[in-house]
Amino acid sequence: MIRHETCDAAVIGAGAAGLAAAAEIAKHPFRTVVIDREDQRGGILRQCIHNGFGLRYFKEELTGPEYADRVAALAENPNTEFKLGTTVSEIRKLPDGTFELLLLSAAEGVAYLRTRAVFLAMGCRERNRGNLAIPGSRPAGVFTAGAAQRLLNIEGMLPGQSAVIVGSGDIGLIMARRLRWSGVEVKAVVEIMPYPSGLTRNIVQCLNDFGIPLYLEHGVVNIAGRERVQSVDVAPLEGGIPQLDRQFRIDCDTVLFSVGLIPENELSAQLGVELNPATGGAVVDANLQTTVPGVFAGGNVLHVHDLVDFVSEEATEAGRSIARYLDGSLESDANPVSVESNLRYVIPNRFNRNRKCTFSFRPLIVSDAATLEAELNGRIIWQRKFTWIKPAEMLKIELSAEQLNESGPLVFRLREEA
Amino acid sequence: MEKHLICISCPVGCHLTATRAGDSGEWTISGNRCPRGAVYAQSELSDPRRVVTATVASDSATMPRLPVRTSQPLPRRHIDALLNRLYQLQVKIPVKRGDVLLANVEDTGVDVIFSCDCPK
Amino acid sequence: MYDAVIIGAGVSGASTAWQLSRYDLKVALVERWADVGFGVSKANSGIIHGGFHHSAEKTLKARLEILGNLMFDKLRYELDFPFLRNGILVVAFSEEQMATVRQLYRQGVDNGVRDLEMCGRDRLLQLEPKLNPEVVGGFHAPGGGTIEPYRYVFSLVEASKRNGVGLFCDFEVMRGEHRNNHWTLTAADGRTLKTRYVVNAAGLFADEVSRNCGAEEYKIHARKGEEYLLDRNSKARPQKVIFPVPSKESKGILVIPTAEGTTMIGPTADPAEDKLDTATSADHMQRIVTLVSRMVNGISPRDVITSFAGLRPVLDGEDFYIDLSQKVPHFVQVAGIQSPGLTASPAIGEYVKDLLKKDGLELVEKETIEYRNPPRHELRHESPEELDRLHGDDPAWTHMVCRCEKISEAEVIEAVRKGHTTLDGVKFYTRAGMGRCQGGFCSAKIMKIISRESGIPMEELTKKGGNSRLLGGKLGENTVDTGEKEAAK
Repeated sequence: MIRHETCDAAVIGAGAAGLAAAAEIAKHPFRTVVIDREDQRGGILRQCIHNGFGLRYFKEELTGPEYADRVAALAENPNTEFKLGTTVSEIRKLPDGTFELLLLSAAEGVAYLRTRAVFLAMGCRERNRGNLAIPGSRPAGVFTAGAAQRLLNIEGMLPGQSAVIVGSGDIGLIMARRLRWSGVEVKAVVEIMPYPSGLTRNIVQCLNDFGIPLYLEHGVVNIAGRERVQSVDVAPLEGGIPQLDRQFRIDCDTVLFSVGLIPENELSAQLGVELNPATGGAVVDANLQTTVPGVFAGGNVLHVHDLVDFVSEEATEAGRSIARYLDGSLESDANPVSVESNLRYVIPNRFNRNRKCTFSFRPLIVSDAATLEAELNGRIIWQRKFTWIKPAEMLKIELSAEQLNESGPLVFRLREEA
Repeated sequence: MEKHLICISCPVGCHLTATRAGDSGEWTISGNRCPRGAVYAQSELSDPRRVVTATVASDSATMPRLPVRTSQPLPRRHIDALLNRLYQLQVKIPVKRGDVLLANVEDTGVDVIFSCDCPK
Repeated sequence: MYDAVIIGAGVSGASTAWQLSRYDLKVALVERWADVGFGVSKANSGIIHGGFHHSAEKTLKARLEILGNLMFDKLRYELDFPFLRNGILVVAFSEEQMATVRQLYRQGVDNGVRDLEMCGRDRLLQLEPKLNPEVVGGFHAPGGGTIEPYRYVFSLVEASKRNGVGLFCDFEVMRGEHRNNHWTLTAADGRTLKTRYVVNAAGLFADEVSRNCGAEEYKIHARKGEEYLLDRNSKARPQKVIFPVPSKESKGILVIPTAEGTTMIGPTADPAEDKLDTATSADHMQRIVTLVSRMVNGISPRDVITSFAGLRPVLDGEDFYIDLSQKVPHFVQVAGIQSPGLTASPAIGEYVKDLLKKDGLELVEKETIEYRNPPRHELRHESPEELDRLHGDDPAWTHMVCRCEKISEAEVIEAVRKGHTTLDGVKFYTRAGMGRCQGGFCSAKIMKIISRESGIPMEELTKKGGNSRLLGGKLGENTVDTGEKEAAK
């Protein structure tokens, strides 16, 4: 029997973002359904068994599962139903402005869920070898860092015996330590940029602690091995071009790719949500509402985060907006927000006049002396000096209702000081 | 004598310099933007410690591996032996977050506790 | 004692097996790799060619291509594999290129291909709005199309097995001896098979099998083709298969809307290092994207989700060699099956069957033949009502394990029960892992299902058989020794 159900808010994803939004909506008398394809709540946090989460949100340093359990507990509510082991196969907007989700699960079979509001919290997928078109054969032993993390931490399986990690993002660094702590050799981390893309603390506690060499400005130019990986060839880069005459071979049986995350917006595209090429996620206004009324987005599906605490804060804000939407009190101005020098993007893309707003940015530069400034209608309304700027770390600032007291274009810039 | 370290207490990662006159005596720490840096440097120079996280095998059908952590940072010299010991264990569920798996590892006062609930 | 053993379970061998399975014969299909189609066939572009690239008067491959093309509708009905007869466009961007186009059109007409039409620019753009508007002209072959080549091979082999053909994988023929009016084939692992007739359809290794059986000496060269797979949401997907004007060595870099809704660009044509060299190279992607962008708008390197390479088995003279051996008795050579081998394969099967008959193999039709593969259910193609019904039989039907391609656990279980126990085998059977995340999220789940259904422990699962183990062991088997004891110093 095909089930037909209704709710006020459908939250797609029970990871950090979905749980935070659900917890916030539950403070109001609305019925929420949270859907996740995994059998447990917490999303990717379940496999992030290391510590480093929650310093900001809970004022404690927690492991991923501890953080997940705590935010899941906050989302527990008689008005909130969790459909785990369930995939949203399709989603569409109905003529009356509500939405219909087609849900598939082993437990409940086929169900249609009709909802007034949707929160997109599907997170990211990993960029992989295929996206990079790294040449070479197709042996076993090539993984994305996250996939290897799942195999190791959830299934208790070693991905191999001797690894090279491509990319110095945090996931790769964390896995370097995890592999060493699992008795697996890590021969090197290879990074194309002249600086590491992960946190410095992770360079120390994941690489330096174990004497793992980090090759900056190097690229993997070939993966060899017919059945199983046997080696990789690494070459220094000059101006981004591999200098093949100076390439060297590293013997290994495993290659882990930690080369970036891509927001997973397949369902968003089905709804006709406008996406921002600079972030890979939706274009959103000050309420974190997308270009489709009633559809909101937050967390990694909106833009890639490095701190889960920021995900929780952002998604909580989205939850507040969803509650206002559901009781008809949501206001949405179209004042545009954009970035100029040295910033990759800003979220949100619109602000409301006379309402405070939190803005998140990714810088394009590394600097220990830079000023972030906000210009509204051609007038500088705010600025702050930062002594610590790197692309690996998201910047978040809040502008007050008093500062945002005009309609008009708001532009942010990051100026490097001499 | 001078040593250079990077603080790992928070994501900033201040570059610290530790100096002392000769081979023994008190270290003076500079380069830290907050007090935690000085504390970290002193500890790292005399008795380096790390929080250790791992998984242990369980008899749960839904969670065959349970995440665990040390309740506090553990002296580095004990880490390998602890991990090798943890990997030989088979835990019986149910367990709750915070339950102690191993108490007072190597007489350091540091416990190994469970990171999440596993009711079944 | 078998009546016939076919060496090589690619498109040629599998087609032959399926033809012979209709007769009262004891037939076996042997394959050197861990699963069928794991040699040349799995990396094929999947094009069903239009019968105009080669002269039917001068080449065997063209005659078989034309016949094979016509057989695909019936085959799809009987075997159930994805097939789209969406049509081929050969496009020209200059008057010089138009001269070649006219030649191809003429050749197609002379070959007897129906419904070919020469097109001016407007007609081309009407047929295919995604074409670069600078196109000058071309021609349209509505009989061309695409299939999923590995699904095709799996379906042929399933149907053959259902009708009594035996399958032996990991069977590499090292030696063949003909004595006392029969052949004894010996595998690398010592297994032997005795048979009256042998069909050598060993693809890249047909020359080695021929030599090992004391038959003709010839040389197969491997010609590599790289392909790039685009995200299925790419806006650049055309409706028809787009061909440029061909060169001497190859039909060119194509834009291929596959039967499963993805888009592929390729293949290239370069000499390979050896017969096992399926490595992709660095310099091709940019060049290929530039080339195809001239034909179809909107192709971006950002949409590339993966690339792979296949090897074509090429004989001097560039034609098929399908004939009875003149050196040894009851031995059929099926060699040099490069493009249009896939298109020709149904006709190759018939042709080989006729050669065997000519050579004295008695063909008595079976009284009952299971001529149709039962239609498969696939979550991504089912209506919600059908899924609801299937869920009633088995909840695994609504448990989606590969989200990118919408594959259910039930399909993965089916693949394993049909004998596909490698990750690649399951991937080719179900499509799980072929999507934009390239198995990042689903591989762990799929491996668990394969292990559960087959009884093979997870740490022994392979990607494609042999030594291609997916994992390195179980956590806890390795001693942790990070030198932390030294750290205090």
